[in-house]
Amino acid sequence: MSQTTFAQALNRAMRDAMTQDPDVIVMGEDVGALGGVFRITDGLTRDFGEDRCIDTPLAEAGIAGFAVGMAMQGFRPVIEMQFDAFGYPAFEQVVSHIAKLRNRTQGKLAMPIVIRMPYAGGIGGVEHHCDSSEGYYIHTPGLHVVTPSTPADAYSLLRESIFSDDPVVFMEPKPLYWSKADLDLPVGTEPIGRAAVRREGADVTLITYGPQVPTALKAAEVAAAEEDWDVEVIDLRTLVPFDDATVQTSVRKTGRAVVLAEAQGFGGMGAEIAARVQERCFHSLAAPVLRVSGLDMPYPPPKLEHTYLPGVDRVLDTIARLQWDDEPDLTHAGAGGTAVTV
Amino acid sequence: MTSDIADLLPCPEPVRFLAPDGTRVELSEQAAARGYAFPEPEELLAVWRAMVLGRRFDAQSTALTKQGRLAVYPSSRGQDACQVAPILALEEQDWVFPTYRDSMALVTRGIDPVGVLTLLRGDWHCGYDPQATRTAPQCTPLATQAVHAAGSAHALDRRGADAVALCLIGDGATSEGDFHEGLNFAAVFNTPTVYLVQNNKYAISVPLAKQTKAPTLAYKGIGYGVRSEQVDGNDPAAVLAVMQAACRHAREGKGPVLVEAHTYRMEAHTNADDATRYRTPDEVDEWTGQDPIVRLQTWLVAEGHLDEEQIEQVRAEAEEQAADLRDRMNLEPVVEPLSLFEHVYAEPTPQLLEQRAMVQTELAGQAASADSPGQDAMEESTR
Repeated sequence: MSQTTFAQALNRAMRDAMTQDPDVIVMGEDVGALGGVFRITDGLTRDFGEDRCIDTPLAEAGIAGFAVGMAMQGFRPVIEMQFDAFGYPAFEQVVSHIAKLRNRTQGKLAMPIVIRMPYAGGIGGVEHHCDSSEGYYIHTPGLHVVTPSTPADAYSLLRESIFSDDPVVFMEPKPLYWSKADLDLPVGTEPIGRAAVRREGADVTLITYGPQVPTALKAAEVAAAEEDWDVEVIDLRTLVPFDDATVQTSVRKTGRAVVLAEAQGFGGMGAEIAARVQERCFHSLAAPVLRVSGLDMPYPPPKLEHTYLPGVDRVLDTIARLQWDDEPDLTHAGAGGTAVTV
Repeated sequence: MTSDIADLLPCPEPVRFLAPDGTRVELSEQAAARGYAFPEPEELLAVWRAMVLGRRFDAQSTALTKQGRLAVYPSSRGQDACQVAPILALEEQDWVFPTYRDSMALVTRGIDPVGVLTLLRGDWHCGYDPQATRTAPQCTPLATQAVHAAGSAHALDRRGADAVALCLIGDGATSEGDFHEGLNFAAVFNTPTVYLVQNNKYAISVPLAKQTKAPTLAYKGIGYGVRSEQVDGNDPAAVLAVMQAACRHAREGKGPVLVEAHTYRMEAHTNADDATRYRTPDEVDEWTGQDPIVRLQTWLVAEGHLDEEQIEQVRAEAEEQAADLRDRMNLEPVVEPLSLFEHVYAEPTPQLLEQRAMVQTELAGQAASADSPGQDAMEESTR
């Protein structure tokens, strides 16, 4: 076994896909000689040539639209949006064309495009560099939205995404780029659409994904050690399609659920999960489904991001509020502003 | 460097071979220097014929809107030369990236008119196979197809397809960011893309003067290093010659070309629009006198390439095609509700399968209630 970082796993996934299929191409700003600002595409131009790993003009809509044209002619573009919030100029191309062309043409035009997007914060980045924009994409039918949290998943899910005939918004949690695992590549993990139980537990299901998986696992450890709560942690891995089955099985077992997501809470993935769990597991629930999220505001400047980000304490406070029989204080919104669902 | 810029610059006046009265005019010195050749009579006969058929299709489609058969139809009457000649300048392996107004172009491309009108009738978003016809779905968002054309041209080039991507675009769309990004990408990657801006003077109701301060939209190519040209869009001979030259330039690997065709949309933006609110009858009359079909037909007849009998024949053919279109459009399209679920993803998600089952149950319920007319009448009375 060797130590493999999340970033290396992503690089290797592209490398292996490019070796396997000459129609796989990588495109984006600075992906060539520089290897991307996070070095995820390091060496691809050197090893595969400028035609396979292409430095483009600085224009996100152009990158996405150019990929649409190439996909129409049978290529499999993997495009990089340099930072989450830099993807917004490409939004129309993503939602109106990449997501919909299969549908608009009754299946005649596939859009096998991967939109790689570093997202999430906690790295001291300045504004427009730390958004969690998954909510925009999960709300767009036609897109798969995938977000790995381990180097093994980073490799396996990206490789699978590249060979998917559907477009995939591949959200890379940038605080995890430098995380490591004992791992020999290539590796195949569970496919797109399957969640993973990262920690088994009996008392409460903590559902999360991407950058917040380590927070959830840490909170589960603390909860077990200090509060005697046995927390089951589910890593969704894929937001669309959503793995209802794994989530339901867990919630039926534990009877309690908390959703943890870094993005703003209002109208987000957490709301979707909470609604689905309550629709499907109502009779198993001993308490309302609660959400822990970022705050409903623009991502803050770096000096304040740790107030914004849902941390272990906020998760533990929320878990504590699941003792519903104890008549929780409804006037108290809870640390971090997560509201009680009544 | 100066010569490079001169090579990119459009002619100071739109390229023109035929005056509005159908007589030949001398090419400007700059246009002659670019080597534009007056097309062969057979080519012009083909353009004329396609315009006659195309205009009848356009008129029939407008009529179908009035009969409620189409939800909406954006007419391109008056732009006939811009719709027909660029398509006839293409080779079979070339690709077309049209907008919603380019239905006449698609019919000229040989796509079944019913397939062209599927979008506007409302039974599906695109009624033809883009791969088989090498024609992208008609694009409603403005200018986004400018980038698709660049990407496709680059891909076709890499495949060694010897193919050009023709992107049709309106004047309003040149204000969009994607127009800029499309031209820039096309130029940077030296792709075989030809952009035809059909400057019909209005973006719905907003006149060109409020769209741009550029003296001509063709100048927009210069900033990208794209060879540019402007042409009299109501002169079918000039449009054909300029588009043939543009396609040749692109096909020879010399990079993209931007052509601005000066033309006029004779009808309103769509049937839902009231063009009298933003333009004067005098202006419309002025353009009526520039009709591209009349212009070319006058020349063809005067030169002995066309006679009354041939004109009647093509008119009769156009009538037949219109009648066929009318008959087929008067049949209720069969739309299968469950087909909704077939093309969202290559493999439907579990969530879609759940919704599919729900809709299936709803449909079964509706079918059952349709079988019991008593209940149906009761429901009707409670509405």
